[in-house]
Amino acid sequence: MDAVSDNLIEIHDLDYSFGSRKIFNGLNLTIKPGKITAIMGPSGTGKTTLLRLITRQIVPDHGVILVDGVDIATLNQTQLYEMRKRFGMLFQNGALLTDLSVFENVAFPLREHTRLTNRLIRHVVLTKLHAVGLRGAADMMPQQLSGGMARRVALARAMVMDPDIVIYDEPFVGLDPISMGVIVRLVRKMNDALGITSIIVSHDVQEISTVADCSYLISKGKVAASGSPDELNKASSDIVRQFMHGMADGPVAFHYDAPDYAEQLLGRDTE
Amino acid sequence: MFRDLYYNLFDFVRTFGALQLFFLQLLIHSPTVIWRRFSLVTAQVHNAGALSLVIIIICGFFVGAVLGLQGFSNLSRFNAEDSVGAVTALALVKELGPVITALLFAGRAGTALSSEIGLMRATDQLSAMEMMAVNPVRRVVVPRFLGGVVAMPLLAAIFSMVGLLGSHLVCVSLLGVDVGSFWQQMQLSVEIADINEGIIKSIVFGIVASLIAVWEGYNAIPTAEGVGRATTRTVVITAIVVLIFDFMITAVAI
Repeated sequence: MDAVSDNLIEIHDLDYSFGSRKIFNGLNLTIKPGKITAIMGPSGTGKTTLLRLITRQIVPDHGVILVDGVDIATLNQTQLYEMRKRFGMLFQNGALLTDLSVFENVAFPLREHTRLTNRLIRHVVLTKLHAVGLRGAADMMPQQLSGGMARRVALARAMVMDPDIVIYDEPFVGLDPISMGVIVRLVRKMNDALGITSIIVSHDVQEISTVADCSYLISKGKVAASGSPDELNKASSDIVRQFMHGMADGPVAFHYDAPDYAEQLLGRDTE
Repeated sequence: MFRDLYYNLFDFVRTFGALQLFFLQLLIHSPTVIWRRFSLVTAQVHNAGALSLVIIIICGFFVGAVLGLQGFSNLSRFNAEDSVGAVTALALVKELGPVITALLFAGRAGTALSSEIGLMRATDQLSAMEMMAVNPVRRVVVPRFLGGVVAMPLLAAIFSMVGLLGSHLVCVSLLGVDVGSFWQQMQLSVEIADINEGIIKSIVFGIVASLIAVWEGYNAIPTAEGVGRATTRTVVITAIVVLIFDFMITAVAI
């Protein structure tokens, strides 16, 4: 759209449905370069789906997604792969290649996309593994790692090509407090030192608040609120307060749509 | 009912078309993979071929031994037991070698291929490759497909060879058929055309079995049940398609 826009990623009027269920309905969102942007929202609001849309693993029903001013829907496969080389993605479960060792997993993008010598690849991989504290696990297989370790290896792999944009899908789930603290600091440090743009999808309001520059709260297919974590904490909107303070009562129902409880227990709902 | 039939037919045609496009994609990527990533192909020849050797050798031996027994028992009614070598060899080289190897290959290597690729999809490994700008078809599927295509004719040849040894052991060593007659009759009866028929069949079956295995794995529903179903479908569909192709090739060869 605007050629001189200072946003790295822009999403305009995005619609996406999964079967008959509408996930996004006119979503608008922008990501600024060099910042850590958090995308939050209750379960099932399509946060991971949004990440898949941004990286064109799936295509929207309607709307435009611009990465660096380029509409990603217009890219052919070669151009798409070129664009993806600028991305690093940390999947929720790590998604390590199970037939390769930790070292080879981290080396994988280098071996596929560069002609670096083995010696140089070894240096780069060990540096990245050292950054996530797992240099000693280089020879282990993914099956031998705990969930938290696998996530850290995946983080090293996401960083190995020195991407411009790193996407974290629920990076804090299942981590012990020490690993979580390490990852949070690592995200901040790498973002600042390397000038990376980070997008984090998470439920973890506390951790996100310490690391994010800007947050979006998504609900019912749209952005319900946006701003710095402080601004969101002080927001008066019911949905923002319910989510930020973890309250059971509010606009977001705890129960999925269901018939009346008593009627169902009495078997009257089927009559 | 007609509506269901229409939708089933529509679904079949669509899937068949998609399978052909997928096959085309494999063929397009194959030269690059062979040229640049040959080690990936050899690793898969080892996985599909060398690791299937035990089952192929055991089954080949006993199929040959049974053919020898049956052949001897039936041919001796006409005092033609010396021809048992020829009968066994023709049956093995033209028919049983390629067909049984393909069925065993589907059970051993085909299921391994489809479950491995299916699980890679279920655990986001294929998506991770996509995100690392690595085409999973080229990196994962093509080497496995080529590995199967190379391994299958080699396994069929080994099956037939071991089968002949089994038959030789039963007929010559146990039943007393003259060793000279056994081999000479075989040499006189089996022609190059028979061997070629067997080779063509084993190559075609190798392509069919490998294609179905990687297709089912790549398109598996990413759940435990989906991967299980893909594995079962690999064996069932390969068995049916191999037997249909066997009939067609035999009909053309005769």
